[in-house]
Amino acid sequence: MGYLKPGSLLIRNVYYLDPSEGVKGFGNILIRDGLVESIGVGESFGASSGVPIIDGGGALLCPGFIDLHAHFREPGFEYKESIRTGSMAAVAGGFTSVCVMANTDPVNDSADVTETIKSRANEVGLVRVYPIGAVTKGLAGEQLTEMGRLSDAGCVAFSDDGKPVSTSRLLRKALEYSRIFDRPVIDHCEDLDLSAKGVMNEGIVSADLGLAGIPNASEEVCVARDLSVLALSGGRLHVAHLSTAGGIRMVREAKRRHLHVTAETCPHYFALTEEAVRCHGTHAKMNPPLRREEDRLAVIEGLKDGTIDVIATDHAPHASHEKEQEFDRAPFGIIGLETAFSLSFELVREGHLTISELIYRLSTKPSLLFGLPRGRIVPGGLADFVLLDLSGIWEAGSPRYFSKSRNSPFTGTQMKGRVNKTVVGGRLVYDKEGVFVE
Amino acid sequence: MIDRILSSAALSVTSGLGPHLLSVSDLTPDSVRGILDTAESFLDLRHQTVKKVPVLRGKTLVNLFYESSTRTRSSFEIAAKRLSADVINVSATQSSVTKGESLIDTVRTIEALGADGIVIRHPSSGAPAFVSERVRCHVINGGDGCHEHPTQALLDLFTIRKRKGRIEGLNVAIVGDILHSRVARSNILALTRMGARVRLVAPPTLLPSAAEAWPVEIFHHLEQGIAGCDVVMALRLQLERAAGGYIPSLSEYARLYGLNGRVLRSAHPDVLILHPGPVNRGVEISEEEMFASSSAILSQVEFGVSVRMAVLYLLMGGGPDSGLPGLPPGIETGER
Repeated sequence: MGYLKPGSLLIRNVYYLDPSEGVKGFGNILIRDGLVESIGVGESFGASSGVPIIDGGGALLCPGFIDLHAHFREPGFEYKESIRTGSMAAVAGGFTSVCVMANTDPVNDSADVTETIKSRANEVGLVRVYPIGAVTKGLAGEQLTEMGRLSDAGCVAFSDDGKPVSTSRLLRKALEYSRIFDRPVIDHCEDLDLSAKGVMNEGIVSADLGLAGIPNASEEVCVARDLSVLALSGGRLHVAHLSTAGGIRMVREAKRRHLHVTAETCPHYFALTEEAVRCHGTHAKMNPPLRREEDRLAVIEGLKDGTIDVIATDHAPHASHEKEQEFDRAPFGIIGLETAFSLSFELVREGHLTISELIYRLSTKPSLLFGLPRGRIVPGGLADFVLLDLSGIWEAGSPRYFSKSRNSPFTGTQMKGRVNKTVVGGRLVYDKEGVFVE
Repeated sequence: MIDRILSSAALSVTSGLGPHLLSVSDLTPDSVRGILDTAESFLDLRHQTVKKVPVLRGKTLVNLFYESSTRTRSSFEIAAKRLSADVINVSATQSSVTKGESLIDTVRTIEALGADGIVIRHPSSGAPAFVSERVRCHVINGGDGCHEHPTQALLDLFTIRKRKGRIEGLNVAIVGDILHSRVARSNILALTRMGARVRLVAPPTLLPSAAEAWPVEIFHHLEQGIAGCDVVMALRLQLERAAGGYIPSLSEYARLYGLNGRVLRSAHPDVLILHPGPVNRGVEISEEEMFASSSAILSQVEFGVSVRMAVLYLLMGGGPDSGLPGLPPGIETGER
């Protein structure tokens, strides 16, 4: 666990909800040295504690969100994002822990890089950052990384994200070897040969726009491969950013067979369809691509029945000059940390999930999958919390994002449900006035 | 004669052509008719000794071509020159593009140099639309990736109307590499918009998987596909498609989808044959059919100039405030 300086705080007047502890209520929460000391009601509660007081103003206090999939781009691509700006975006989005992918430069395939990321994150001191190590050296898809050393250095999972684990045999070895450390292997499921030069979902929109398509089968073929290999190898497979009805169906069926597979999706896969490419251009270009309406509905169904365990962001910042290009030349990916909660809250507003189920998929379940500490609203629990204004309305990207990049199709969209404050280890690191307390 | 040019042009300008020509989907049937009528007026110019009108005098058109092209580039150049515009050709191989300049920087530079209009030919689908959102001058799509080639579709409509007297109600078969063809996409939009019935004839490997969602009929057998058709449009097959695995070989393609006298007997006796060029002789179409009376391949090229004149005139010829094309002084004396 990343070392962040613990703080003390009295948070007054909040509704609180912790699905993992089965706790909910209204009152005040006293935090001392990064941990919950006590929870109580009344004006006089904590009055003699001598710690700084903030008024929750009737907001909903929940365990902070945990993102299993983000790209902070440091080291190597600091012009897109840095650990500092990525951390700021994270806490502005209510995230208190973020797992960062290995496709940096140098790649996170050695303990040195892992240490660098961790120490940089601790200097910034806003959010808990957990590095994900590469599965193969240099992401080259050939030789396994030293998972033991990476694991000791602090890597919580392994992934060649951006690309699938290159071959079935290598995936088998990675899943088998990772069993020593009980760490999941995260796969970006895509048959690259089938995707060919595709730049968006293959369907009516790609046909109209004359853009090369990535068919659903690209994801499905790889999910099928991975599940077959998993049955052979054992270990724990985590499927990144599921986007297709077929992929979800296969994961559902594999879970019924008790394979150790888990899965995530991202808000854009249940918020948008391929139609968004017509009006948002390269800001709607990501991989996997936005799919059809039936896939979008399948993603929601997967979240409802638990086939999809968690909502992750796949926060993928790119500089304006990279996105301001011809569609086929622009890189894949959108930022997501700052809009994730509001987009996900839409599922609650539409009656697909309860708020409790949503918090479970944004905080509890991610923590369980990767074995990460999480905020808990019980005496002795870690004080990583988010305060939500469920009736708050705001405009995405206005006046700015905290991320260094702006590549999002949601910029300018009216969002419902807002992150008011974020508390990490008992310290207030974000409030909606845009103030970071460091 | 010039009076006729101007009256028909004025008529069509009011029928709603935007500042750019990016996609046929931006055109209403009325604006298509307006363009074709204007092209008709310009057609007579080819037989004059002085083949010029001064309607775009003082305007500068830049042909920005990121792909090699002979007919489209020359056609736009001749069209612009006949309208008395100044024309600059910029091709990607000889410009700062080879030094790594981005499309948007190149286009902004060209705009800063004083271009009133830019014709863009680009291998990326959507590039002209992308550019049009970022510049103030007129942008004309001269063919973008696998997306659209609107002036080609307009000249095809013009050719069909000229030879058949109408477009509405005709059966038109488009044969070949639909998947990669911007000509096909623009023509599907244009023909259906003008009331023709469109059939696509191609192997499944050269059709978008979602093509059934288009308002067309799909065939995989040539003879069935062109049966009874009034117009058959063959598309150019890029020779590298065989290496890309889309077809086993050129000769198999020619055997299954090549137009020849025998297979064309299933079409309407008066069938009109079109091809956007350049033709791979003996692949998409046999040598005899290329030059048969049913073929309009060279007429397409000839009419292309008039159609592009019409497009340039309607987009760029209007006065700044009038919403109508300006009447340059002395135009009445140009002819008579």
